[in-house]
Amino acid sequence: MTATLLRAGALVQDSWTVIEDGRMEIEPVGGKVIVTLARWRLERDELLAAHAAVGVLVPNTADIEAVYPQISDRPLIALQFPTFTDGRALSQAVVLRKRLGFDRELRAVGDVIQDLVFWLGRCGFDSIVPRQDQNLEACRAALVELSVAYQAAADEHTPVWVRRRTQVPVH
Amino acid sequence: MYRYDAIDQALVTQRVEQFRDQTRRYLKGELTEDEFRHLRLRNGLYQQRFAPMLRISVPYGLLESAQLRKMAHIVRKYDKGYGHFTTRQNIQLNWPKLEQVPDLLAELAEVQLHGIQACGNDTRNITSDYLAGVAVDEHIDPRPYCELLRQYVALHPEFYWLPRKFKFGFSGATVDRAATRTNDVAVHLVRHPDGAVGYRFFVGGGLGRQPMLAQEMNPFVPESDLLRYACAILRTFNRFGRRDNIHKARIKIVLREWGIERFRAAIEEEYAKIKASSEGEELLLLAEDIERIRWHFPAPAYKAVSEAAADLAGLAARDAGFAAWIRRNVRPHKVPGYRVVFVSLKAPDHVAGDCTAEQFETLADICDAHSFGELRSTYDQNLVLADVAERDLHELWRKLDAVKLATPNIGLVTDIVSCPGLDFCGLANAGSIGVAHDIYRRFDTLDAQYEIGPIRITISGCMNGCGHHSVGHIGILGVDKHGEEWYQVTLGGSPGNDAAIGERIGRALARDEIAGGVERLIQVYLELRVDEDESFIECYRRVGMAPFKARLYENEAEAAAA
Repeated sequence: MTATLLRAGALVQDSWTVIEDGRMEIEPVGGKVIVTLARWRLERDELLAAHAAVGVLVPNTADIEAVYPQISDRPLIALQFPTFTDGRALSQAVVLRKRLGFDRELRAVGDVIQDLVFWLGRCGFDSIVPRQDQNLEACRAALVELSVAYQAAADEHTPVWVRRRTQVPVH
Repeated sequence: MYRYDAIDQALVTQRVEQFRDQTRRYLKGELTEDEFRHLRLRNGLYQQRFAPMLRISVPYGLLESAQLRKMAHIVRKYDKGYGHFTTRQNIQLNWPKLEQVPDLLAELAEVQLHGIQACGNDTRNITSDYLAGVAVDEHIDPRPYCELLRQYVALHPEFYWLPRKFKFGFSGATVDRAATRTNDVAVHLVRHPDGAVGYRFFVGGGLGRQPMLAQEMNPFVPESDLLRYACAILRTFNRFGRRDNIHKARIKIVLREWGIERFRAAIEEEYAKIKASSEGEELLLLAEDIERIRWHFPAPAYKAVSEAAADLAGLAARDAGFAAWIRRNVRPHKVPGYRVVFVSLKAPDHVAGDCTAEQFETLADICDAHSFGELRSTYDQNLVLADVAERDLHELWRKLDAVKLATPNIGLVTDIVSCPGLDFCGLANAGSIGVAHDIYRRFDTLDAQYEIGPIRITISGCMNGCGHHSVGHIGILGVDKHGEEWYQVTLGGSPGNDAAIGERIGRALARDEIAGGVERLIQVYLELRVDEDESFIECYRRVGMAPFKARLYENEAEAAAA
């Protein structure tokens, strides 16, 4: 069964399979899989040989800058929200996008409720897997819940102090 | 004061609609209690003992008359006819109905007020010097910097789900009137020897359990780097603040567990990385950005001294009530012919910080007539009219006195800071309001208050410390012992330049002992002070805890000896 997720603002079927640690068999052979960072470090060559694409799930306690050299060439990085109130992965995401320049798929997984979606989008997640009980259409709409922002995150907004430079000058 | 442009207004208006939808989904059962809790807190809505409490942010304590009139309307329509000013310069409503809160917030948005990030694990309302712009000892007006930071942290997506609440306090004067170092971050506006403006940053303060004062992180961050340094602190906290234990989640615990050297190294490293990146370019403030915000805080159109001059001494000689008020509630102003007027929210039998609809309305009219339409809320739960012409003082006093806002007790023993306590708050272990009243009654006469001089009595109904008991000269903390209300007393705390956390004196006192205990402590001071110029806190620091402790528990000593 594949999950539905938000990808670049649209609801799509997930083309990736998450392989949990501890599973001995490597499957689906030839497909696109997401493995934990720990497994990626141990079985990098085997995973690359067996799958069309390998994404990496990074714990939200990881030092993303220290880890990045090991995962910078991955087509997908997934970050975790153990609860929707745990914002550590938001900082990881902003650093990945803005400081490290990661420009491929950045996925949010875990306790992702509708009311987290807007903040995820602004922090650079272009791939969001809502919790199973969530209303997917409402989640999609939540991406643009607020149209204005004071500050830039990993998104298209220009900081308000920069925007105002182009307005009527002072005095 | 800062007034919204189309961007600010759109943000606040859209935010109301976002919350309206969240409230609707909660009432339909589509959001769980816990999910909705985190969402409503970020809009200022807290669950208290009997009803929701709505905290309204008052950015760095500045209000204008239109907002006061709207508050009068709101407390009548949605509450029981009064609001409450807090130690963080905010206004709380104790009785709104959840279903009506979206409408209430929509009405607030009409006058540029909101509850965004007033509660919850996010960056809270920024507090500042209530004498900003008028203080004799001010070197740099902090308000433009507060506003720039306010905008940066408001609905910041990366820092919207922090480990715990996060507070900034600003000062730009010699005297710290904003208890800045009790905040997670204290920002002091400073001038470099070469003349450049910058910020002295302190990090890691916080009251509540394990009260701590913020420690110096960086003695001079350049003026352009306010947001860069704030980002470095917030990101470090978001990453390393503990999330396994709510009582250990403040940034002060990271500081304590790491030690200051490691903590400072982490913040400075992040700051250096930000500066070196494209993010740093975005966060860099140009002189014109600061100037554009400073433009919102012009000096009012003061009149020349000759026009404003008044025979205050003559009026005071004829009217003892006016004389007392001038002496206690009126302070110098940097402009000749003008004064700063304190509005006491500590009338007898009045709940500290409460303000009725009628008082809101009178204050609105008074602001318009006598202080350029503006009012400020203070750290001590009083109000300030910052720009009053001397010749208006007598008329102003009569107007304030008519609505019980002229009690001449600013900074005295009856100017008690108190949280709402068990009468309202769901967290409290004990009552605060009744204790404040009992202490008040013991020192009701003005002569007694003047004799005692400046003293800070602070009362919290639980160790979360909203009444700032840890930084009171005499701090009182309500605790629950087997279902009874007891009170622990601390001595020697202070929130200002001489900031200190008070020390606990000994065993807790029962509800019927506490006011008498405070009276004995003050009696010790009156007996031991060198002269009238030595204040309670100075005396305490000189003589130490022992004589106070001996007197507080003298009955027990007698009982033990008998």
